[in-house]
Amino acid sequence: MVLTGAEIVIRSLQEEKAEYVFGYPGGAVLHIYDALFQQENVRHVLVRHEQAAVHAADGYSRSTGKVGVALVTSGPGATNAVTGIATAYCDSIPLVIISGQVPTAAIGQDAFQEVDTVGITRPCVKHNFLVRDARDIASTIKKAFYLARTGRPGPVLVDIPKDVTAAKAEFEYPAEISMRSYNPVVKGHHGQIKKAVQLLLEAKRPMIYTGGGVILADAAEALTKLTRMLGFPITNTLMGLGGYPASDRQYLGMPGMHGTYEANMSMHYCDVLLAVGARFDDRVIGDPNHFASEPRKIIHVDIDPSSISKRVKVDIPIVGDLKEVLEEMIRQLEAGTQRPDAEQLAPWWKQVEEWRSRECMKFKNSDEIIKPQFVVQKLWEVTGGDAFVTSDVGQHQMWASQYYRFDQPRRWLNSGGLGTMGVGLPYAMGAQLANPGRPVACVTGEASIQMNIQELSTCKQFRLPIKICNLNNRYLGMVRQWQQLFHGGRYSESYMDSLPDFSRLAESYGHIGMKVERPGDVEGALREAFARKNDLVFLDFQVDPTENVYPMVQGGKGLTEMILSAEDL
Amino acid sequence: MRHVISLLIENESGALSRVSGLFSARGYNIESLTVAPTEDASMSRMTIVTVGSDEIIEQITKQLNKLVEVVKVVDISEAAHIERELMLIKVRATGKDREEMKRTADIFRARIIDVTDASYVIELTGNQSKLDAFLGAIDSSLILETVRSGICGIGRGDRVLKI
Repeated sequence: MVLTGAEIVIRSLQEEKAEYVFGYPGGAVLHIYDALFQQENVRHVLVRHEQAAVHAADGYSRSTGKVGVALVTSGPGATNAVTGIATAYCDSIPLVIISGQVPTAAIGQDAFQEVDTVGITRPCVKHNFLVRDARDIASTIKKAFYLARTGRPGPVLVDIPKDVTAAKAEFEYPAEISMRSYNPVVKGHHGQIKKAVQLLLEAKRPMIYTGGGVILADAAEALTKLTRMLGFPITNTLMGLGGYPASDRQYLGMPGMHGTYEANMSMHYCDVLLAVGARFDDRVIGDPNHFASEPRKIIHVDIDPSSISKRVKVDIPIVGDLKEVLEEMIRQLEAGTQRPDAEQLAPWWKQVEEWRSRECMKFKNSDEIIKPQFVVQKLWEVTGGDAFVTSDVGQHQMWASQYYRFDQPRRWLNSGGLGTMGVGLPYAMGAQLANPGRPVACVTGEASIQMNIQELSTCKQFRLPIKICNLNNRYLGMVRQWQQLFHGGRYSESYMDSLPDFSRLAESYGHIGMKVERPGDVEGALREAFARKNDLVFLDFQVDPTENVYPMVQGGKGLTEMILSAEDL
Repeated sequence: MRHVISLLIENESGALSRVSGLFSARGYNIESLTVAPTEDASMSRMTIVTVGSDEIIEQITKQLNKLVEVVKVVDISEAAHIERELMLIKVRATGKDREEMKRTADIFRARIIDVTDASYVIELTGNQSKLDAFLGAIDSSLILETVRSGICGIGRGDRVLKI
C-alpha cells in the first residue's frame, strides 16, 4: 500500500498500539498532523508547551510501563522538548519522540525553525535517528520502539524532515527487528546467580537495596517474594518506591540524603548487600570512599553493565533482566537444601530495630500552622494509600516520598535523576489519561507548579480530574534549607514574592480552587477534593515556611553522618 | 595506563560524534582516534588511544558497548598487538641538509615521496615512538609541516576483531 510519509508515521504508531500522542503542532509537522486528523485510533493530547508533552508521555509510561509517545515540531518545538527528554533519559523511561525537521534540501541552510535536533539531543537519548527517505520511516519507528523498551529503557528520538513526510512510499510494517549492534542481555549468568544465592544464605547482616530498575522491569512481585523468603531488611530508593510494600515490617524506608536512619545505618553496616536495579548514586550513598570504609560483600544485579562497578566495587556482578534474575534466585532457593536461617539473622534484626526505634521520621505537628508532612500523611490516609502520586522537585518531593507509603509499583512518579522542576502536573496528566477514574494527586510547591502551570488549560480541555496539593511555603524550600544550613542564612533569591492567588488562578482556568490555611481544615479539604471525581481541584495549602526536610546527610558526607532533626544542628 | 581500544561501528552518519561525544561528556581522554570503513562498507573500524586507570578503562569499554551503533569493542592493548601510525613530514631540503635528510630517512626506512628544489615530503610508518624518534633525529628548524594519522592497531596471531 502506497502512503505518504506522514500517513506511514501514524500507521506505524497504530501498529505499535500507541493510545496517546502528546504533542504540539507546527510548520514542519503539518503533514503528520493532517494524517493524525484523518484517523481515530491514535488520540492526540494537545499540551500548552512541548516540555509538558514529553513529561506527560513520560508520566503515561511511568504509570503503565508502556512506551510514551510525543510529537513536536522542528526548531523551538524540539528544543523545548529537550528538558523532557533528558528527564526521561536520566530515569530510563521508554519514550519515542517524533520531531519535525525542515525539508531535506534546507538542512544546514539556517532555515526558519531549523536546529540540529539529532545533535542537540544526542547526549540525552538512548538513540536517535534522522530519516532521510520515506521508505525508511516504518522500519525506523519500529526500531525506535524496540530500542526504547528493551534493555535499559530510554527515550529514542526520530527526526523527520517535512519533505519526507510528504513523499510517498510503500507501507509495510516490519514484524520483527534485529540489530547486529544491539543485543541486550536478558538471562543472568547461572553460575553468578548461584554464587550470589550462596552468599545471601551465609550472610549474618544482610541488606537488600533496590532502585528504579525494579519498577521498570516489572520485578516488584519477584522482589517481594524473594525478600520474604530471605527475611532480610530492605530499602527502596526514591526511584524504587513501591518495589516492595512500604507498610511491611521488613521495609526500612528510603535510603540516602533524606532517607531513614535505619535504612542508611543498615546499608552501611551490613555484611552482604544485594543491590537490584540501583546505581549507588551520590544522593544514595553520599561519599563513596566513606561507604567503602566499612567492609561488605556486594551483589549487584542490573540490566546495564556500565552501572556495575561504576561508583563502588562489586563482588558479584550479575547482568540481566531483573525479573528473570530474581525469579532464578527464587528457583535456586527453592531447589536447594539450605534455607534462610531466621535465628542467624536475629541479632541483626535486633540492631535494625534499635535503629528504627529512633523514629527519625517523627515531626512536631502544630495546631496553628500546617506542617507539610502532615498534609502528605493525610493525603495517604484519605486516598487509602492507593493514589497515583506525582511530585515536582524540592522539599515537597522529599516529604511526599517519606510520608506517602507506596505499597505498589508505578504509583510514585517523580524526576529522580535529573531533578526537573515542573514535571508534576504533566506527569499527573499522563498518569490520569492512562488510568481513567483512578485518583491522581500531584504534590507540588508554589515554585515548581509555576514551571508548567499553563497545563491547567490542557487539564480542562481533556477533563483530567487531578488533585493538585500545593505545599505553598512561599520559598524555594530546598534552596532555602541549604542556605540556612550551609550559607549562613543568606537567603539569596529563594523567596518567592508576588505569588498568584493559586485557587483563583485555577478557577480562571475553569477548575476548582481551594485555599487551606489551618491544620484542622486539611483533611476535610482533601476529602472534599477527592469526592469531586470529575473536577480538577487545586488545593493551595499554606504551610510552615520554616520547615526543613530531615533526616539529612549533607552532600559529600557519609551515610552514617546524619542530621536527624533540627536539634542535631 | 595507556590503552588502545578497537571497535567496530555501523558506518552511519553521526556515529563518530556519538563516540567523541561520549568521551567529552564523561571526561575521558582521547589521545588519538582513527576511523575508516572496513572491507564490509557497512561497518567502520575505529582505533582509540586513551589514558586512564583500570576502572576508567572498564567504564570506557562498557559505555562504548552501550552505544547502539557499536557492534564490538576490544581493548587490544590487553595482549600482544601491533600499532602503526603514518606520518607525512615536509622538510626544507637545501644544501648540505638535503643529503643529510635523505640519509636519516633511509636509516628510519622512511620514503621520500615528493621532491622540489627546496623541500622533501617524507613518509614514515611505525609505532608512535619511532615517529617521535625520527622527529627528534632531524633538525627541528628544517620542519615545515607534519601530519600524523593517529594509531591503527591490530591484535597479533589468531586474535581477530570481526562480527
